[in-house]
Amino acid sequence: MAEMRTERKWIWIWNIDKEEKWLNEMAANGWALKSVHFITYHFEKTEPSQYIVRCEMHDYDENYIAFLEDTGAEYIGKVTKSLYFRRASELGTFDLFSDIDSKIGHLKRIAKLLSVLTFMNFAVGIGNSFNATHFGWFNIAFASLLTYGLGRIHAKIEALEEEREIHE
Amino acid sequence: MAELLALTESTYYILLALYRPQHGYGIMQEVERLSSGRVRLAAGTLYGALTSMTEKGWIQMLPVEEGSRKKEYKLTDKGIKILVTEIERLRELVKNGDMIIGGDNNG
Repeated sequence: MAEMRTERKWIWIWNIDKEEKWLNEMAANGWALKSVHFITYHFEKTEPSQYIVRCEMHDYDENYIAFLEDTGAEYIGKVTKSLYFRRASELGTFDLFSDIDSKIGHLKRIAKLLSVLTFMNFAVGIGNSFNATHFGWFNIAFASLLTYGLGRIHAKIEALEEEREIHE
Repeated sequence: MAELLALTESTYYILLALYRPQHGYGIMQEVERLSSGRVRLAAGTLYGALTSMTEKGWIQMLPVEEGSRKKEYKLTDKGIKILVTEIERLRELVKNGDMIIGGDNNG
């Protein structure tokens, strides 16, 4: 049984690229993600850089997971709408997206989810703002935070779309 | 109309790889081989492309063999037509490129 280590961390969905970078820094230091739960990441001791880790916002889809497993990837788990995978680095580079269109597609899925959550929180917040027994301000504050996240995602989409005007 | 638009490099190579039946990982390896290692399709990108090309009727999934969970795909007649049209377009691009700067660039 390999030595294990647990980290607790909350990462907003619009920082999924930073989350992935952090998980790969851990893997580079010999701590490969083994299982994942809400705010909780479990790592196992491995050789440094033994694995490459990838995460993606994607609906749980057995066909998709089986497809990735056929390419040598290992499915680690799912938290809310994020799926986590890893693959031994001896099999070569491991990416989920190899062109601009599919990177934009991924960001747009995140943007869509954030838009729905923002709208719901604004609606609930405004609906409850005249009701002294409910904390409508909380939903409005949360919706404002989500709007900020949505802005971050849109900035990333715009940067990629600009690049796509001359490349693919 | 949309079918007269240029294909992306990934789409083009996936179609080319599916001239013979292939499963997902086979497509990735074949595309890497055809492009001498230059084009490496990522699995998520490939999965999305296979899904949308199946919906468009350019490729089809072959019946899955008993005991195997690997899904194989193959070009349809429509897919072959799309590919032939694209090869014509690419030929025009290369011909014009060669004509204008090809000769000057060989020395």
